[in-house]
Amino acid sequence: MQALATGLAFFAKRAAQAILVMLAIAVIAFAVKGALGDPLREIMGEAVPEAERAALRHELGLDAPWPAQLARYLGNAAKGDLGQSYIYKRSTLEVVLAKFPASFELVLAASLIVLLVSLPAGIYCAVRPRSLGARLTLGLSVLGISVPVFLTGIFLISIFSVWLGLLPAFGRGETVELGFWETGLLTLDGLEHLVLPAITLSSIMLPLFIRLVRSAMLDQLGSDYVRTARAKGASSLRVWLNHALRNALLPIIALGALQIGNMLAFTLLTETVFQWPGMGFLFLEAVTRADIPLITTYLVAVGLLFVVTNTLADVASLWLDPRIGLEGQR
Amino acid sequence: MSARVSALVAARATALNHPLGLLAAIVLGAIALAALAAPLIAPQNPFDLASFDVLDAEMPPLWLAGSDPRFLLGTDSQGRDLLSAILYGTRISLTVGILAVAIQAAIGIPLGLIAGYTGGRVDSLIARLADVQLSLSSLMLAIIALALVRAGLGGETLGRFAVPLLVLVIGLAEWPYFARTARAATQAEAAKDHVRAGRALGASDAGIIWRHILPNILSPLIVVATTQIAGAVMAEAALSFLGLGLPVTQPSLGTLIRSGYDLIFAGIWWVTVLPGLALVVVLVSVNLLGDALRDGLDPRLTPR
Repeated sequence: MQALATGLAFFAKRAAQAILVMLAIAVIAFAVKGALGDPLREIMGEAVPEAERAALRHELGLDAPWPAQLARYLGNAAKGDLGQSYIYKRSTLEVVLAKFPASFELVLAASLIVLLVSLPAGIYCAVRPRSLGARLTLGLSVLGISVPVFLTGIFLISIFSVWLGLLPAFGRGETVELGFWETGLLTLDGLEHLVLPAITLSSIMLPLFIRLVRSAMLDQLGSDYVRTARAKGASSLRVWLNHALRNALLPIIALGALQIGNMLAFTLLTETVFQWPGMGFLFLEAVTRADIPLITTYLVAVGLLFVVTNTLADVASLWLDPRIGLEGQR
Repeated sequence: MSARVSALVAARATALNHPLGLLAAIVLGAIALAALAAPLIAPQNPFDLASFDVLDAEMPPLWLAGSDPRFLLGTDSQGRDLLSAILYGTRISLTVGILAVAIQAAIGIPLGLIAGYTGGRVDSLIARLADVQLSLSSLMLAIIALALVRAGLGGETLGRFAVPLLVLVIGLAEWPYFARTARAATQAEAAKDHVRAGRALGASDAGIIWRHILPNILSPLIVVATTQIAGAVMAEAALSFLGLGLPVTQPSLGTLIRSGYDLIFAGIWWVTVLPGLALVVVLVSVNLLGDALRDGLDPRLTPR
């Protein structure tokens, strides 16, 4: 009961923080919109007399004092109205949300690769630190860190698309509509298109996570309870996976969560290289064409993603280690 | 003075124990020298539109069929000599990287010294600020900041002020790495006898920090600076690749990679791959040098 109450209190605190951060992001987006965007020019063009402009400005509420405008912006934002895109002539939120599945599936595929490779590789490097394989892995990880994500993409395209002609180099390929969700995971063509971008995006995270898993595992393997478990005759595999890895997950999640923002940036770069029609690609299009409402909506959406994933990482930490919530109460 | 001598001794020992680090230092030194001397040794000035001719466009490098002996590494889509462009591009990339890291150090080291020396509430405030700053991706912040400049003021203005803007956005967000290292090293140093003796003799706090602490914590800071330069060069390349950095008229390595990218599909791979390889060589050598320096100057920081 006590634990449940602590958990709820922890969650409420995190949720309140998340809402505050989102509010701050919305205010920034409002300020950007006010400073850079002139909706009148987009609606009426340049050659309209000043009297008409003033009338429309009044009608749209653009002559109201800024606190009133901010309140209206936040009120509309809460209802899901973040403005109209200049390019698409549609609600910006709809435009950005339509691109979300593409980015999500790319990040999902890349995360799966990172998880499936970095856990075994990191554990191996921790339990056999002197082996050739471990040294080779760590040596290669220096190289991996040194190749920018967009270059990995370009190298992969040069080799597998242009030279060998094995895999497609741009776009999502054939997709299937599942209600509002447009997925590329259900067709062979869609999956083929996913291979190179997913490998590219995972390549930049892999070296970091292999090192992270390795050092977290090394910390745990040196601790007393591991020695005790071994002394009691538990098998090596059982000690590594059941005891050490379970406790190593906590620092891995905590430090991994610090990479969420970088993951957003790397996704944007990967999407640019592969012309992957996701949110990052949309953002750059909006930037080149100065679509201010679309830009600010992307900022809000990315801020929301950042806050939600960070909160989820916190909740996962609490679930793995109930002491965290209690420490927060002190 | 003694700190400097011991750093030199350590550097020599490092060089002898780390053939790979030594190699990286030599390669990096050669690249830096070539970049610095670019105006003297480059066959052509890639910023000067009159010095190249579009009739020479898309020539392959010397070892491929159809090459021209004037262009060792071939030419880009505008007829620009690729070797010259890479030399000048490396020069810009390294300049932006080093200046950005100088800003990081100028913010981070004083904050770290203050936090480590005073402790208490100031310390926890600075630590909290560093945590928040680190959780926000500096690359993402830089992308957003430059994207807003571009959307608001236009691509031309962005291009004109690209170098100072890049230095600022890459420099401002990454101070916590310097601050954390300086803080930890300061705490260790402040507990030592020579610092306590200085304080007992009535030296001012600023004097102690400047004369007794800073010279003794330089080694770990040099290690941080090295890895940060690799990060800053990479960030500059990424931003320029996105079209948020240096313009095509004044290309950095990232801009060259971006402008040659479309040509890959026509089989003209060298315009993008060769600057890309140059970038990778720079980054690998900086990172290897950083690893070697860490082993040599500050064994405590070596990951187990």
